[in-house]
Amino acid sequence: MEATSNNQSRRQFFLDVAKAACGIGMFGLGLGLYARQARALPPTAIRPPGALAEADFQGACIRCGMCVRDCPYNILELARPEDDLATGTPYFVARKIPCEMCEDIPCVKACPTGALDHKLTDINKAKMGLAALVDQETCLNFLGLRCDVCYRVCPVIDKAITLERTHNVRTTKHTMFLPTVHSEHCTGCGKCEKSCVLEVAAIKVFPINLAKGALGEHYRLGWEEKQKAGASLVAPEIEHQYNLPEGYKYEQGPGLSGEAVPPAAAQPAVPKALHGDQL
Amino acid sequence: MSENKKIGADALMTKGWLGAHRWLLLRRASQLGILALFLLGPWAGLWLIKGNLAYSLTLETLPLADPYVLLQSLLTGHVPERLALIGAALVIGLYVVIGGRSYCSWVCPLNMLTDLAAWLRRRLGIKGGAHFSRNTRYWLLAMTLLLAAATGTIVWEMLNPVAMLHRGIIFGLGMAWSIVLAVFLFDLFVSPDGWCGHLCPVGAFYSLIGKASLLRVSATQRAACNDCMDCFAVCPEPQVIKPALKGQAKGIGPLITSHNCTNCGRCIDVCSKDVFGFASRFNNKAEVSAPQGGATALGNRS
Repeated sequence: MEATSNNQSRRQFFLDVAKAACGIGMFGLGLGLYARQARALPPTAIRPPGALAEADFQGACIRCGMCVRDCPYNILELARPEDDLATGTPYFVARKIPCEMCEDIPCVKACPTGALDHKLTDINKAKMGLAALVDQETCLNFLGLRCDVCYRVCPVIDKAITLERTHNVRTTKHTMFLPTVHSEHCTGCGKCEKSCVLEVAAIKVFPINLAKGALGEHYRLGWEEKQKAGASLVAPEIEHQYNLPEGYKYEQGPGLSGEAVPPAAAQPAVPKALHGDQL
Repeated sequence: MSENKKIGADALMTKGWLGAHRWLLLRRASQLGILALFLLGPWAGLWLIKGNLAYSLTLETLPLADPYVLLQSLLTGHVPERLALIGAALVIGLYVVIGGRSYCSWVCPLNMLTDLAAWLRRRLGIKGGAHFSRNTRYWLLAMTLLLAAATGTIVWEMLNPVAMLHRGIIFGLGMAWSIVLAVFLFDLFVSPDGWCGHLCPVGAFYSLIGKASLLRVSATQRAACNDCMDCFAVCPEPQVIKPALKGQAKGIGPLITSHNCTNCGRCIDVCSKDVFGFASRFNNKAEVSAPQGGATALGNRS
C-alpha cells in the first residue's frame, strides 16, 4: 500500500518535471530562435566605437545605456522592442546623426562591461562600420561634377576618402574626381553619408561585414609578392606572349594600333571599396 | 475574514488609514523615488544617477549592476570590465542583507503594476484562473541561463519586461508598453500573482541571493492572531506565511524564512492585531510570544 503511494507520488513528480521542462523548453526554443534572428544587424544601424563583433557584443552588452548618456552629441539610442536589432542595445543611424569622433571616446569609457572595447584609445582606429559609395549613377562626382562634399567632411580626409582622377569619357575633355573609400582608414563615423547632398545618399555606411569583401585565403597579389621577395617569383621572368587579333600589332609602349578599342585597354576606374562581388 | 467584509477593514479600524498603509506607502515611495532619481537626469538635467537597473553609476562614483544580467553575460563567455563586477558584488551584498526579493517589492517598477492587478482582482472579485507551480520561475531562470550559454547572446534581455519597463521609462518605451500591458492583463485575468509569484526569473534569481538574508518578516505576536486571514489575502506569496504563523505547535519559529517572501510588509499593515513585524534572522525562537518580545520587530506598534 505504501509502496503504491510512493510510486504514485514519484510518478507525479516525474510528470510535473516533464510538464515544466517541456513547457519551458518550448518557450526557450522559440526565444532562442528569435534571438538568432535578431543577431543580424540591420544595414542602417551602426554600433558605437569599439563595439565588439556583433555576436560577441550581444553577449557583452547589458543594455544599461551608459554610452548613450555619456555621448556629448546625443547620437546614440537604445533599440526598442520594435526595432530590428537586439532590444536595449545602443546604435546610431549615420544619415540622421553621425559620430563626431571625440578624441577621448567617452562612450567607450562609460561602458562598464567592455562591450565597447576599452582597448580602443585612438578614435581614428575605430571601426564602427565602413562607408561605401553604393550608387555611381547618382553620385554627382561620378556624373562629372565637383561636389566633393563627402571627401571634404571626412575626418580622415585624403586617407579614408580620396578623389581618384579619371578621364571623363562623356565630355572627352574633363577629369572626373571619384570619391574612393579606403577601408584601412575609414572609421565608419558616417559623416559622408550624413552630408551627401542627394535626396538619398549615394555614399552610405554599413556594418563592416556587409560592406567589406574578402579575397580567398589562397589569393596572392602578384605585385605585392614580387615586392616582398625583392624580385620576380618566377625565374627567369617569362616574356609575355600577346595573342593579338588579326590586323593588330603593338607599337612602342602600351597601346595597340588598329580600328577597334580592345576591351583590356578601357578598364573603368572603380572605387576600391567596391572591389569584390558584393557591397 | 467574513465574506461581506473588506480585506484589512479591521486594521483600518484599529490603526487608522495611515497605520494600515504604512509599509505600502514607504514601499511606493521607495519604488517611485528610485525611478525619480533615474529620471532626474533625462528630465531635469540633474545627473545624480546614470544608466538603468542593469547598471548605474551614482554621483559618478558608485557603480551598481544587476548580478542576474551580468551572470548571463558571463555565461555567454564574456568577461566584463571591473566596474560592472564591483557593481554586481555591491548589489549582491545589499540583498544578502535585506532579502533578495526586497528588490521585487521595493525597487522593481513592474511590481507596482502587478500589485495594481492583484488589487483590482480583489476589488472586482475576479476569482480563479490558471494555476501552475510557483517553481516555474526557477525553470525559467534555468532556461534563461542555459540560453545565454548556448547562444552566446543575453537572450532574456530581449523580452525581460522588468528591464524593458525600467529602461523604457528612462530611455524611451517604444512598443515595450505592449509587453508590460500583457503582464498586467495576465495577472489580472489569467493567473493571480502570475508574473511576480510564478514566472519572473529576475525575482527567482534575487530570491536565491536572499536565501539566508538577515532582514525578515516575523510573526512575533502570533499568539494574538485571530485567524482573520487578511494577511493571506494580501500576500503575493501566501505560502510563506503559514509555517511561521501557525507553526507554534510544531516548534517552528515565528520567522518567515522562505526566500520568496518579498519583505513587502503588507501583512504587517493589514493585521489589526500587530502580529507581524520586521525582525532579524537570528530572532527566531519558537517560544517568543510575550507582548514585549518584539524589541527588534520594527513594524510593531506597541
